[in-house]
Amino acid sequence: MSRDESQILPDGRLLRYTYVERLIHWLAAISYVYLLLTGLAFWSPWLYWMAVMLGGGTISRELHPWAGLIFFVAVLAMWRMWAFEMNVTDNDKQWFSQVKHYISNEDEKTPPQDRFNAGQKSLFWGFVVCGILLLLSGLVLWFPNYIPWNLRWVRYLAVLIHPAAALITIGLFLIHLYMGLAIEEGALHSIVGGDVSQSWAKEFHRLWYDRVLRSTPSASAGANPPARK
Amino acid sequence: MSQATMEIKRISGHAGSVPGAGTSRDYDVCKLIDTTTCIGCKACEVACLEWNGYGFTQTSFNNSYQTMPDTAWNYWNLIRFNEYEHPDHGLMLLMRKDQCMHCEEPGCLEACPADAAIVQYANGIVDFQEDHCIGCGYCMTGCPFNIPKFSPTARKVFKCTLCVDRVSQGLEPACIKSCPTGCLHFGSKEDMSYLANRRAKQLQEHSNFPNAGVYDPPGVGGTHVIYVLHDKTIPEAYGGLPADPHIPWSVKLWKHPLKWLGNLAMIGGLVGLAVHYLRFGPKVVPGADKFPEHEGPRP
Repeated sequence: MSRDESQILPDGRLLRYTYVERLIHWLAAISYVYLLLTGLAFWSPWLYWMAVMLGGGTISRELHPWAGLIFFVAVLAMWRMWAFEMNVTDNDKQWFSQVKHYISNEDEKTPPQDRFNAGQKSLFWGFVVCGILLLLSGLVLWFPNYIPWNLRWVRYLAVLIHPAAALITIGLFLIHLYMGLAIEEGALHSIVGGDVSQSWAKEFHRLWYDRVLRSTPSASAGANPPARK
Repeated sequence: MSQATMEIKRISGHAGSVPGAGTSRDYDVCKLIDTTTCIGCKACEVACLEWNGYGFTQTSFNNSYQTMPDTAWNYWNLIRFNEYEHPDHGLMLLMRKDQCMHCEEPGCLEACPADAAIVQYANGIVDFQEDHCIGCGYCMTGCPFNIPKFSPTARKVFKCTLCVDRVSQGLEPACIKSCPTGCLHFGSKEDMSYLANRRAKQLQEHSNFPNAGVYDPPGVGGTHVIYVLHDKTIPEAYGGLPADPHIPWSVKLWKHPLKWLGNLAMIGGLVGLAVHYLRFGPKVVPGADKFPEHEGPRP
């Protein structure tokens, strides 16, 4: 488990994601989008044009498993980095019971959250579990000719598990994308540049904000951001 | 058997309707294999290789006359030899010519995601179009007869074409032409069914095979390759001929309910997010700057 390297930056903003965290996030993101587009092409004839756009069905079939391996490695790295902070607490259960306030943007009525809120934790564990299912079923689909006829039930399982797990990740992915791009101002910047404003942290991740401020008391002067250069 | 029957009936992984479907009257073809008059000479195996241009591959000996354990991507036609201790008839040497059954409801075509990689003609022939095949191998999972085989060199899947190139020119398949005993017949499904049932009745009435019958499994909508068996109740004894073949339930579940549920969920999710945005909009951070104050990424 890596420890949280969150800190107050000289200009008073908070470092939310380190360089390594951002790199791995984007490795997962890019490989996932490729997997999504080629996977949807194999999912429905009406979306087969996606494979055509990406170089044709044969190339998509050849590269999809390799992209899957890259994606799984990225998920594994995320698990190593974040699993400790993704532990589901009683606070998270309480958050879920009041999720309707979160949905209607009445965040003040939801319990304060640590570095990751309960929704982000669900996303994380959803991707870890589905990632494992997709890897195992994907290996079967990668090499169907190596599964002997008397073990064909393994192939029968794989053709069901792979799309079912993928559909769950698509649901998670859509919400994740929507939250990051449309709902939380500054969220996209946090995973690109790495930093957030103190008011952002206070609003969405109060416990994390308090913790970061406590752990770096010397920098708490930064609570009043300096004027722009 | 004319070119008119090469009209396309069904296409794999294809969005939209099938061009030209149902424009001419039905006329389907059928191969009849009478296992009771097969002598296991393997002329059909040789003819298949010759016509389709494949060389002989390594054969193997496993205490039977069988050429190799299984059909291969470049060996579409294999006579399976099986010794069977029958309670009424004693030891029987069962010989069954194994190849694609050309199902009326083909599991391979159902499972295939590649546009036009598998085509079913109105005459019943199910044919792989290797130039459209992407080599995913889903057809191998969809087939209840273990027929499509993956070529590691071509990275595509191959199987018996029912000599579609010969049939479209009014010729019989190569295996039929080579059979010396007349255990192989080729014609319309109607004619072959009649012939097969007459032969089964002959076996029942004159040859002391009361269970003789025709193998034309309804689970896959019937097949365009049918067998006459000495004992219809034991198809498995003929080298693993499935008693009740059908498209695997998981393939059906995947291609129908799961697909529609998934499509509905994905579209519903997108609509739901759009409605949420219109109703609630973005989360406002009090006192927060809309845009970060600095340029460039952080350490």
